[in-house]
Amino acid sequence: MSHRLRILSRIRKALDAPAMPSETARAEAVAERIAHPPQHWPLRSIQTADPEGAAQLTLIGRFKAQLARLGADVIEVGSVAEIPAALANYVAANVADDAAGLARIRMGSDAFLAALPWSSTSGLEIAAGMAEAADVIGVSRAIAGVAETGTLLLVSGAENPVTLGYLPETHIVVLETGAIVASYEEAMQSMLAATGGRMPRTVNLITGASRTGDIGGKIVMGAHGPRRVAVVLWSA
Amino acid sequence: MTARTQFDADIDTALADAPLQRALADVPAGFVAGRRRAREELLEFEPLRRVARDIRDHALAHLDLYLEAFESNATKAGSRVHWAASGDDACRIVLDICRAAGARTITKSKSMVSEEIELRERLQDAEFDVVETDLGEYLVQIRNEKPSHIIAPAIHMRAEDVADVFRRQHGHLAPDRKLDTPEEMIAEARGILRDKFLSADVGITGANFLVAESGSAIIVTNEGNADLTMSLPKVHVILTSIDKVVPTFSDAWPLLRLLARSATGQAFTAYTTIVTGPRRPDDPDGPEQCHIILLDNGRTELLASEMRPVLRCIRCGACMNHCPVYCSIGGHAYNSVYPGPIGAALSPALAGAEQAAHLAEASTFCGRCEQVCPVEIPLVSVMRQWRSLALEQPRSRRARVMLHTWARLAQHPRIYRWCAGIAARSLKWLAGSGARIRRLPFLHAWTDYRDLAAPQGGTFQQQWAQREHKRAQRDRADVSAARARKSDSVP
Ligand code: SF4
Repeated sequence: MSHRLRILSRIRKALDAPAMPSETARAEAVAERIAHPPQHWPLRSIQTADPEGAAQLTLIGRFKAQLARLGADVIEVGSVAEIPAALANYVAANVADDAAGLARIRMGSDAFLAALPWSSTSGLEIAAGMAEAADVIGVSRAIAGVAETGTLLLVSGAENPVTLGYLPETHIVVLETGAIVASYEEAMQSMLAATGGRMPRTVNLITGASRTGDIGGKIVMGAHGPRRVAVVLWSA
Repeated sequence: MTARTQFDADIDTALADAPLQRALADVPAGFVAGRRRAREELLEFEPLRRVARDIRDHALAHLDLYLEAFESNATKAGSRVHWAASGDDACRIVLDICRAAGARTITKSKSMVSEEIELRERLQDAEFDVVETDLGEYLVQIRNEKPSHIIAPAIHMRAEDVADVFRRQHGHLAPDRKLDTPEEMIAEARGILRDKFLSADVGITGANFLVAESGSAIIVTNEGNADLTMSLPKVHVILTSIDKVVPTFSDAWPLLRLLARSATGQAFTAYTTIVTGPRRPDDPDGPEQCHIILLDNGRTELLASEMRPVLRCIRCGACMNHCPVYCSIGGHAYNSVYPGPIGAALSPALAGAEQAAHLAEASTFCGRCEQVCPVEIPLVSVMRQWRSLALEQPRSRRARVMLHTWARLAQHPRIYRWCAGIAARSLKWLAGSGARIRRLPFLHAWTDYRDLAAPQGGTFQQQWAQREHKRAQRDRADVSAARARKSDSVP
């Protein structure tokens, strides 16, 4: 007997009890659960967002407060056009330049990022494609932000290659304030809406920088991935 | 030496190990404080534990169907699903995948299932260059040890120990380099492991959850090492066990909310990654193959037993952080892949009762583990069941005689009372004029570490009888007083 059949039949035997519902009832219960997943959330402490107005503002406030607790930097800009300059300033202030005074950032083919007025700023050199070992700064665009814990939701693909968030020492993530939602549940909905219901190869939920407490119990940033995470928040 | 007597000896060694005791003094306490804070911040923490318990119970009660749904969806997404009845089978599957890929270097992120089946050792025997990429696991690997905690494998080491082993292991680096702070050591490890990430041919990770609705695996780390392990090599192997499946993402989020809070006190783990299949046609990065291995290794037997709730476990480690026994002896003394209360509950099922049922004796049954377990596993009653099962095992003559005598006595109240009276009087006599006994004849294992309080004023049963008698008198007095008042008030 194949291992598959052996394991499945052992499970069926283990579950077989006089009180067990019929096979059809069990199969229906499973099909129903998958077709209509239960809503375990929101409970009281995290309310669903009202996309406009005050609720959204407190959502943004909570998101920023969580990022601050995580030690992530927040760069707020008033408009899309300001993003390249704000990014260049942040890089100049925080990340060491090379001898020529040029900081190289790496990003994917994301249409939104590509359309930004990069030529309006100096000091940045842009490389395209997935991250390479020598890259110092990766720039990606997040699909959603989760106010609950300051979590960023990114998806894999040529637009925002996954490695950008793990190989470079600094990861800069661009996010629109309107994409901030209360919970992971809603962030997943935003993600599926953006991909047309298709699961990407990976969904990466990033909550602060890479860290470890494995040496002497002290939390240190930059274990394997980025030491520094910065979020560029812009509003339409 | 039997597993049991070995355990006694290891406990003595651990208690006398001063550096270990210093390491144990801080770290679990830090986790305990972190969890308390995280719990206070989430209003619904307690109701969420019941939600989590029900999610896990529902998944286990339909395990066959959810595994089939998982397999079918994972296959549609391009993953290969393998089933392994035993640890040996799982190792063989991994070896075959690595050989077929022509692999030389293999990176691994932390996986308790891989510890359970000793995968790293098996791969090394087959001449593969295997490196653990979780920092704690890397330390354990280069010191040739075993992890001593399920989420903090190197919790028993101090920073000095790490500096020592780095100087020995990383001989190609300048001998006079500075290695005084954790930051310096982590920077060194980062450089060394970075090269391994970039040159690996196969990356092996575990999975925290499998999602049936989409055939996805959810993998969490704080270091980001699982992401580098799975994104850079050509082949990604997910080694996990059949109990990890949940129906939908809606069911996964409550569990993830509890996992980090219960484990380290973080609100969410730094990297939570949902993996659904290998690289897509337009992806610039990611593996070309994604294999998922579903291991049984004793879990179907647990499912069939009364101890099924053990399979709810989400491996957060809270039960060991809160266990007075674990915090006194550390993880190694258990000599089992899973230490602490979950180890005592799970290991006998995986490794066999002869090998591990005695672990259930390493508990005071104080119940703190149950109080903090995010999926409400009745750990104490499971340990009690293992203790009863262990009674059926052959044990020392002395233990057998003592237990039988005790059982007889307990069933004969008159004789029991008589013996208790004699015991109380002899203990009083032993204590002399003092209130404590420093050394008990025959039972000095008890008094080696603490004094025994001498009995005061009769046996428990005598005192109880007196108390009841007094209460009855008081009640009678109250009743007659009430009657008296009542007759007074009658006009
Ligand atoms: S038994 Fe409960 S507390 Fe212990 S590791 Fe498992 S889930 Fe966590």
